[in-house]
Amino acid sequence: MSWKVLIVAEHDGAKLNVSTAKCVTCALGVAGAEISVAVCAVDAAAVAAQAARLSGVSGVLAVENPANQHALAAVLAPQLVALSGPFTHVFGPSTTFGKDLMARVAGLLGAAQVSDIMAIESPTRFRRPIYAGNAILTVEAAGDGKIVGTVRMASFEAAGPAATPAPVEKVAVSAQLPAHTRFVSVSAARSDRPDLQTAARVISGGRALGSAEGFKILYSLAGKLGAAVGASRAAVDAGYAPNEMQVGQTGKIIAPELYVAVGISGAIQHLTGIKDARTIVAINKDAEAPIFEVADFGLVGDLFQIIPEIERLI
Amino acid sequence: MRRILVGIKRVVDYNVRIRVKPDGSGVVTDGVKLSINPFDEIALEEALRIKERGGAEEVVVATVGPADCQQQLRTALAMGADRAVLVQADGVVEPLAAARALLKLVEREQPLLVILGKQAIDDDNGQTGQVLAALWNRPQATYASKLELGPSSARVTREVDAGLETLEVDLPAVVTTDLRLNEPRYVKLPDIMKAKKKPLDTVALAALGVEQRQQLKLVRFEPPPQRQKGIRVKDAAELVEALRKKGLL
Repeated sequence: MSWKVLIVAEHDGAKLNVSTAKCVTCALGVAGAEISVAVCAVDAAAVAAQAARLSGVSGVLAVENPANQHALAAVLAPQLVALSGPFTHVFGPSTTFGKDLMARVAGLLGAAQVSDIMAIESPTRFRRPIYAGNAILTVEAAGDGKIVGTVRMASFEAAGPAATPAPVEKVAVSAQLPAHTRFVSVSAARSDRPDLQTAARVISGGRALGSAEGFKILYSLAGKLGAAVGASRAAVDAGYAPNEMQVGQTGKIIAPELYVAVGISGAIQHLTGIKDARTIVAINKDAEAPIFEVADFGLVGDLFQIIPEIERLI
Repeated sequence: MRRILVGIKRVVDYNVRIRVKPDGSGVVTDGVKLSINPFDEIALEEALRIKERGGAEEVVVATVGPADCQQQLRTALAMGADRAVLVQADGVVEPLAAARALLKLVEREQPLLVILGKQAIDDDNGQTGQVLAALWNRPQATYASKLELGPSSARVTREVDAGLETLEVDLPAVVTTDLRLNEPRYVKLPDIMKAKKKPLDTVALAALGVEQRQQLKLVRFEPPPQRQKGIRVKDAAELVEALRKKGLL
């Protein structure tokens, strides 16, 4: 059996998202697989060139269509299905983009989807977290149909640059694209800080910060450390931080080198989002808080005194 | 009739710390509290609010699972759903089979909207809504944090990695809920009594013509690797020193 993996590129029209490079690393786990990247865009040239330079990619399929401007799942899914003919696996990132899209692709294909792949044991056998990361499940696909997968971002490093770029081929797909779904707007919180999902250091705040104002001491320390800032669900619900900062089962799942949890008690759903961090630091005034069970370094005390003091010391 | 179909799933309650069985065959569910999946409660709450605003006339709640799921359907009826359908199936029901079952109900009920949770907190698959929308060939709006229903379309604000995205989708459509869409109501005792009299139909998955083929074999369940026990430091200076030693600062 020869394996062929198709990866759908995540991009904003100009820049390839790092999630695609992580999918490539994951796909390398399918032994001996030939890996292609599909770039669906209005004008695919710039993004296709970036995808072609990822080590491990053997070809890029560029699909250009004015309908691809806003990466709508209902519009992209039929195109991926049309492209998927020769492929045994179709992968996308387990980001909101990929989760929305890939399951629709799986539905159109009548295929099984393996969500949140964290390891590949064989071309048909995968490991994935369930129950908010409290159990790891190994699944085996029957192998008689295509396997659709979403790739867990925290489990794979990004693929590095290739010695020579892979060929880019413009492909015309004949798929009927629906007009029933229309993009209206996107409001992105602009941030000068590093991206939460790729930052090496992350500082997160919980309800104990007390207000949006209270978060400023975290922004200040993060600025000095070059860290991204996250938040617990409680802090987001209380309006102290915007929702895209939420870390946890229903927010972002991250695996930085250093994670500092400030005033976060450590509910199961939050721990799911951080348990792959290399080093976890917890600062909390409650010595019994569950966050201390997973923390490599724990400090019990008043965060409003401790955080500025740390900032002075570094 | 303007009707909303809500899909719910019975799952191990989100407060339960689950344990993997020693033989790796599954997780311990005997004697464990089971509840409506939290995202599905939000889906039902949204449907009820739409109905209360006059945007719909009927809310039908459905689930695919074993006979015991009647309990969760009764809870949904007590919250305010008008009637319930149990698609009975034992064993593993994959998202594709669940979506095919829901599609059969969609064909029967002709809803203008199907609302589901964005993921079940047991298998964490997050697929069923999208698969249903694909099979139905209708729009999907996943991770909804705001839903405005018009006569023939809906405006849905979605929680995406970059922030908030708004889509307009023609009806009928499938919407999946995120946590911030609403705060589900509590069930009141008199409503529990009333719910016992509301219609609850049962139909077997096979009777709908849906094959319960399992495409993914569950090979092994394992507990996640344990982290090494950490240490307590006494103050900020000791913490900074410890992080410096590990090369993290």
